[in-house]
Amino acid sequence: MDNNIFGYDHNNTWVHQLTGTSKLLFFILVSIIAMISYDVRFITLVLILSLIILYQSQIKWSQVRLIVKLILIFACLNLITVYIFSPGHGAYLYGTQHIILHLGYFTLTKEQLFYELNLALKYLVTVPISLVFLITTNPSEFSSSLNHIGVSYRLSYAVSLALRYIPDVQRDYQEISMAQQARGYELSKKGKFMTRIKGVSQILIPLILSSLDKIQVISQAMELRRFGKNKKRTWYMARKFSRNDYLTIVLAILIVLLGVWFMKIDGGRFFNPFK
Amino acid sequence: MNKKKLSVQSVVAIGIGTAILFLLKRWVSIPTGIPNTNIDTSYGFLGFIAVLFGPVVGFFVGFFGHALSDFTQFGAPWWTWVFTTGLVGFALGFLKKYMKPEEGRFGKKKLIIYNIYQVIINVIGWLLIAPTGDVLIYSEPANKVYLQGIVSAISNSLSTGIIGTILLVVYASSKVKKGSLKKE
Amino acid sequence: MKNKAMIEFKNVTFKYNSQSEPTLKHVSLTIDQGEKVLIVGPSGSGKSTLGNLINGIIPENIKGEIQGTILVNGHDVKDMSIFDQSLNVSSMLQDSNDQFVGLTVAEDIAFGMENDCTDNVTMRKKVKAWSDYLHIHQLLKQSPNSLSGGQKQRTSLAGVLVDESPILLLDEPLAALDPAAGLRSIQLLDDIHKHLRNTVIIIEHRIEEVLTQDVDRVVLMDDGKIVGSFTPDNLLKRDILKNYGLRNPLYLDALKLAGVDFNSLSNIDSVNLVNGNHVNDKLHQLNLNQATKRLNQSTDPILKINDLSFAYNHHPIFKHLNLTIYKGDMISLVGKNGVGKSTLSKLIAGFIKPNHGKIIFNHRNLSNLSIKERADHIGYIMQDPDKMISQVMIRDEIALGLKLRHYPKSQIDAKVKQALKVCKLYEFRNWPVSALSYGQKKRLTIASILVLNPELLILDEPTAGQDYYHYNEIMQFLRKLNQERHLTMIFITHDMYLMTEYSNRTIVLGNQNIMKDAAPEKVLNDDQLLLASHLRKTSLSILAKRFHIDPIKLTNTLITKERENDNGQ
Ligand SMILES: Nc1ncnc2c1ncn2[C@@H]1O[C@H](COP(=O)(O)OP(=O)(O)OP(=O)(O)O)[C@@H](O)[C@H]1O
Ligand SMILES: Nc1ncnc2c1ncn2[C@@H]1O[C@H](COP(=O)(O)OP(=O)(O)OP(=O)(O)O)[C@@H](O)[C@H]1O
Ligand SMILES: [Mg+2]
Ligand SMILES: [Mg+2]
Repeated sequence: MDNNIFGYDHNNTWVHQLTGTSKLLFFILVSIIAMISYDVRFITLVLILSLIILYQSQIKWSQVRLIVKLILIFACLNLITVYIFSPGHGAYLYGTQHIILHLGYFTLTKEQLFYELNLALKYLVTVPISLVFLITTNPSEFSSSLNHIGVSYRLSYAVSLALRYIPDVQRDYQEISMAQQARGYELSKKGKFMTRIKGVSQILIPLILSSLDKIQVISQAMELRRFGKNKKRTWYMARKFSRNDYLTIVLAILIVLLGVWFMKIDGGRFFNPFK
Repeated sequence: MNKKKLSVQSVVAIGIGTAILFLLKRWVSIPTGIPNTNIDTSYGFLGFIAVLFGPVVGFFVGFFGHALSDFTQFGAPWWTWVFTTGLVGFALGFLKKYMKPEEGRFGKKKLIIYNIYQVIINVIGWLLIAPTGDVLIYSEPANKVYLQGIVSAISNSLSTGIIGTILLVVYASSKVKKGSLKKE
Repeated sequence: MKNKAMIEFKNVTFKYNSQSEPTLKHVSLTIDQGEKVLIVGPSGSGKSTLGNLINGIIPENIKGEIQGTILVNGHDVKDMSIFDQSLNVSSMLQDSNDQFVGLTVAEDIAFGMENDCTDNVTMRKKVKAWSDYLHIHQLLKQSPNSLSGGQKQRTSLAGVLVDESPILLLDEPLAALDPAAGLRSIQLLDDIHKHLRNTVIIIEHRIEEVLTQDVDRVVLMDDGKIVGSFTPDNLLKRDILKNYGLRNPLYLDALKLAGVDFNSLSNIDSVNLVNGNHVNDKLHQLNLNQATKRLNQSTDPILKINDLSFAYNHHPIFKHLNLTIYKGDMISLVGKNGVGKSTLSKLIAGFIKPNHGKIIFNHRNLSNLSIKERADHIGYIMQDPDKMISQVMIRDEIALGLKLRHYPKSQIDAKVKQALKVCKLYEFRNWPVSALSYGQKKRLTIASILVLNPELLILDEPTAGQDYYHYNEIMQFLRKLNQERHLTMIFITHDMYLMTEYSNRTIVLGNQNIMKDAAPEKVLNDDQLLLASHLRKTSLSILAKRFHIDPIKLTNTLITKERENDNGQ
């Protein structure tokens, strides 16, 4: 019910039915290769594939509207800054210069446009898979997936605890902030810089000191239930691999191999249409 | 990385620490007055938790907290910066040995060392590692990322410095000294 | 037949590292297999410390020096790790909120089994079995922080019961529960005890409620020592609880008032069965007071709530709520766990904004006032003291609000000193806040709001986790303020006697609105309302009904008598 800050939505498509482990592996492998490769053809391919997956998992536009808008704004801003700071970066990367418009420092080249297109695609390519991952993976399953891909169970459980306590800490923060304002702190924009820093510390102090107590109490409660006793532990929410899970992992490996193959024919990370 | 097992307390510290860092990063920043530059309060907290619990906790709190926050905001973590946050936490964690938080007392000298060290770490992290990573891995233009690096180095050391110091001082004074409590 | 000893303390003395004096002093105690033991004692007497020695948190997690021997299930605890010990002792810690580590109820119940590497099939079977037994099976997929107080409790019980260990240790399991949920929990524990035949140790301030079910023995602690170990019957007959700042069951107070000799009573530990030769006569000879009570004469409204509606993200809490509070009112706000008592207080204090409706304070609309501006007139003391405390030292915490309002130093000092004394914190004045117990912190937050001199004071469960002596002390002081300065007050409580003793008006929340707004006695006489809102009659009313006396008059008589005693002191 409440563990929904990341937007998990219960549904029954084949994407939802995959185990968290295979989705996590898919996500990690594909985002690594998409981060390394600068080949526009490969990246477009991956983007199309991930859009198909997004479509298949029946996620509604209303669920992702806000985050997608934010990402688009962020991407545009970044593209503009890159242009302002380095209008010649494309030409430098690809080693040629096809000028479209003479504008002095801001001279526009085909190479720059192409480079920024690549950048834009790279900002966006992992977004659909991330959204799919966030919305179709039950957070309860996430830590067992981490454990299954080789992260130690202690660390995996730490992540699970983080997910468990984010809503709690958020509620605490709001309430503490109110309580401090009731005592007479001015935290709104009217205060000066140092006053605001002090004001914020005034909320952080109780939040953090009480969290230190919490750390103590929770670790006691966990030890009382034998966390850390054995070398391994089992997971209540873990699920068995199905055929689709294996297929997903195979697909991820194929994508990685494809990316590597593209790099081989490009002779590096960049695909250069100007040569 | 985990040759020595994490203690249960460290596990919980990573969990709760990540939750706090995540929230601070997402919701609590202080406008500096310069447009579009905010002080990211989470670095103050990172310094504090790293000094208290050591490098391993420092690393994972920074890494997980930053990754989760990027994930939910931008759909994908900006790995170079996420990793740098982890490294900063890791490096600051080495102060635990020197600061000895369990003794519950930070004199002037310790706080000065903390601040000098944290500025050095932040500069190495944000001026060197993060932008270089961006150039190498994301092939972003150097002048853009180094400028971003300078701004981050300054604002993050301010946060680690001011907020971290306040937290440390308050923490130390809330610690009860051994055998000291008496009703009067 | 002599049972095997399950827990043995042999001359145990324990000192926390930070303390200069030992907290437990020469404690010797034996608890047998299959016994059900209640541990009582004033706040700070060392009950939780004793419990933590049994389950191994001390010295594994909290350090200190132990002298003497402690045997659990025949083994010296020195030779056991906390893990070994947890197979012997299942414990529920004092604050159950922080014990949830799973993202959902099911995961939380399974947590211990996961750590034992139990396979999934077995885990699912056991989770199902225990959640069916405790009636929480429909909650398995919910997250623990979305549960009501009673449900939380059952969840943490399930989480420790799956271990099926021979000893069950519960530290204040009832603290945050409404009366009905508290009663059900106690019945449940009794059921479990009969079912598993395990050793059960309960630490609790709500003695009367625990004794509604069979208990083999009551261990009374004071100041780190064990005063004695009694059968409930023996303890109650001796009538010594009050000497240690603890509350006697109410019906016994009434019988005492009537001059009944406790030693002549049979079934003294049950209000439904207690009887003796002259009980009926003596009760009827009692000079019963009329309802002389304290109707608030004022017709001058201080707070008006008009057509208020509020929802937490589409989860409605209030719909079209109207309420007027008059100057000098002392109002008790009651209702079951999760009904919205704290939410209503936050709406008044401005922590959250209504979706619809107005709140008017002294003819001024509050909607445009900030939290801080409201706080100049309305003091709100939150349920959880940790959320309010931001200073390190006790003194600074009380002074904070005054400093921010630019009072001169001399005035601050005087006011702080007075508040420290009223809230019985003066002897701790130079301690850091972190060294205080829960009950002491709660008093600290009351002190720090009282110094600001609010016109309206809202107290969210001021007496939770307090022993009788301290809560009485605080409530009396508040009543004095009410009488002398006409301070208007709303307090949230689950304690029905507190409600009758200290309020002139009770507001029962329920069904997203006010279910009843009447004198406390009227509320306690409305059986249907009590059932619907998870409230319960006091044992005083039950006694009165049994002997055909007017319960309202009996209650009033007892209250009047107690006030005379208190004022006489
Ligand atoms: N971790 C600690 N470090 C130092 N002193 C402590 C610690 N825990 C408790 N104490 C002190 O030991 C004494 C007994 O505390 P304990 O928690 O056992 O009381 P209690 O009987 O359970 O009280 P309550 O009814 O309020 O829960 C108190 O005076 C308290 O200040
Ligand atoms: N910040 C919040 N966000 C969402 N729901 C909340 C929030 N705070 C409380 N609730 C829910 O609103 C309802 C009313 O909560 P509230 O704390 O007002 O109850 P209460 O009457 O004070 O209960 P208790 O007796 O247990 O203290 C509960 O169901 C609770 O789960
Ligand atoms: Mg206790
Ligand atoms: Mg409440």
